[in-house]
Amino acid sequence: MFGIIGPDGAGKTTLFRILTSLLIPDSGEATVLGLDVVKEFKKIRERIGYMPGKFSLYGDLTVDENLSFFASIFKANIKENYHLIEDIFKDIAPFGKRKARDLSGGMKQKLALSCALIHKPDILFLDEPTTGVDPVSRREFWQMLERLKKQGITIVVSTSYMDEALLCSRIALFKEGSILSYNTPKEMVSSFENTLLAVSGENMPELLKMLRKISIVKSAYSFGAQHHITVEREENKGESDKVENRENVGNGNNIEKTNREIKLQAVIANVTQQLQQMGASSFTIKEIEPTIEDCYLELSSVK
Amino acid sequence: MKQFLVFVRKEFLHISRDVRTILILLLMPIVQIVLFGFALTNEVQDVKVLFISNESNETAALINHRILSSPYFIPVESQASATEAENLMKSNQVSLIVNYSRNFNETMVKEGAGQIELIADGSDPNMASAILSYSSAIIAASIKERMPASLENMGKVSLSTELLYNPQMKSSYNFVPGVMGLILMIICAMMTSISIVREKETGTMEILLVSPIRPMFIILSKSVPYFILSVINLATILLLSVYVLKVPVTGSLFWLVMVSFIFIFVSLTLGLLISSITHTQVAAMLISGLALMMPAMLLSGMIFPISNMPELLQVFTKFVPATWYILAVKKLMIQGLPLISEVTEIAAMCPMAAVFLSLSLKQFKYRLE
Repeated sequence: MFGIIGPDGAGKTTLFRILTSLLIPDSGEATVLGLDVVKEFKKIRERIGYMPGKFSLYGDLTVDENLSFFASIFKANIKENYHLIEDIFKDIAPFGKRKARDLSGGMKQKLALSCALIHKPDILFLDEPTTGVDPVSRREFWQMLERLKKQGITIVVSTSYMDEALLCSRIALFKEGSILSYNTPKEMVSSFENTLLAVSGENMPELLKMLRKISIVKSAYSFGAQHHITVEREENKGESDKVENRENVGNGNNIEKTNREIKLQAVIANVTQQLQQMGASSFTIKEIEPTIEDCYLELSSVK
Repeated sequence: MKQFLVFVRKEFLHISRDVRTILILLLMPIVQIVLFGFALTNEVQDVKVLFISNESNETAALINHRILSSPYFIPVESQASATEAENLMKSNQVSLIVNYSRNFNETMVKEGAGQIELIADGSDPNMASAILSYSSAIIAASIKERMPASLENMGKVSLSTELLYNPQMKSSYNFVPGVMGLILMIICAMMTSISIVREKETGTMEILLVSPIRPMFIILSKSVPYFILSVINLATILLLSVYVLKVPVTGSLFWLVMVSFIFIFVSLTLGLLISSITHTQVAAMLISGLALMMPAMLLSGMIFPISNMPELLQVFTKFVPATWYILAVKKLMIQGLPLISEVTEIAAMCPMAAVFLSLSLKQFKYRLE
């Protein structure tokens, strides 16, 4: 399962349309399943499944009619492939006679996924499948994808929800038509280069302005109820630390941790002091683990 | 092939789900025929006629009798003078005044001369000219009869007019072919283009294009249901015009149907062309409305005679498919001419279909634009 993570307007849908052979790229080449998306588009169309971001089934046809229509234009047999969609379709099966437009948002999504899956594609493209879907249905949807993955279907999914990225095997952070970084979610987080601190206190807007004035703060942005600030790790100092570490091979780990701890305390003390000088009172600063969103913000601000 | 049939079935499902549209499509020809046939008529009917004659005379009596025995005139019983009669006309109580000159009978019999004044209401010029021409025809025939034999052969030239194919000047003879052209055009071109563009608008086209189905099939299967609907409408119009409006099919019914099929085909290809160059249903509707319906109504000779148009427009009418179709239907249906005389019309429509079809196939995108 490959996730393409990016905000609205990053070009995710365009990328999907190029990969599904619906658009010809202005420049560059792309291959899907080893097939060129421009020259061999007919072969590609036999083997992929595509679910556009917008609900794109026939609203005036019933659930059953939609499924059987898409099954037959993809030359698939519903009975043969029912095991693939059973898990998804069983929830909407009782509404088989209902018109697709009268389904709830989550059910529409399930129907669309069933229609895209019924011909057992080798690769499934899902363009923002969870945009505008309630949190419960979203989680359910990702559980379904997880099960599909186990059945051996490659899934390419795009989303603007950063929290969903963790559920993918690999992700690409996407901005303005190009990939910023490409890795497993875990690696992505651990490759975060700076120290991330969370600041919270009274009068948050004022606090953010102050944080931005501090020279060692690389970036400061509000994140939920807190402000996240990134502070550059001092590389030069880091090198000398490493030399020190080599000398004390025995308990190097401990020392490194302690060193890191000391530096962190120094940074926090530095920021605290500067904030106090600017007149801020009653705030707390602590180090936190970066999320994918922090990674994205860090990468996209580097230019 | 199975994919194609499934697709056609889906199209029928779409149409059957949209009851309102299907009702409009099936009722439209009926309403149009009834409207044109009974409401928008400029035939002479129930003309209130007033005779003014100062003395009783035989010739006038004969003429009056002849006029009144025609089913289109009803008499106004009044002994009004010429001025009073004019007031009656102003208040719409009289539509035609027949005023005989003094001593009409005498001069008539002796000299073969005399004056009859016919007055009609010119505020409705079509109606007035129809009334005048019809009543003067009756008068002329009656006078000829009363003319003394000695004067008959004096070498006077008399005009005799005769309307071929439509002696009663029924307007239905003119508009039935027009309505046929119009309705077939609307259903084929407008509905086909809208139904294809709708897939683009709802995004379903995206999935259809990603599927292995041939784009040709998408287009063709869209036209099948509308072809069938058009055939139903064609049958409705023909039945209505023959049995309700009494417009006979004097020529070959078989060839009439064949020519209609050709026209339906032309319209379908036009619809495809429109659908391949538009992106929204509204645009498709406007283009088919403006670019197809207006010319089909105004430039095809259905309402305004082509020979009255400026030359530039006359040239333009040659490119309106409905012009040719209406001409062919008039020839086949009203005049009853054999197939050989419709060759021009058929020859004009076939290349149009070929051009539209190849253009739309060329224009059709295998991808999104």
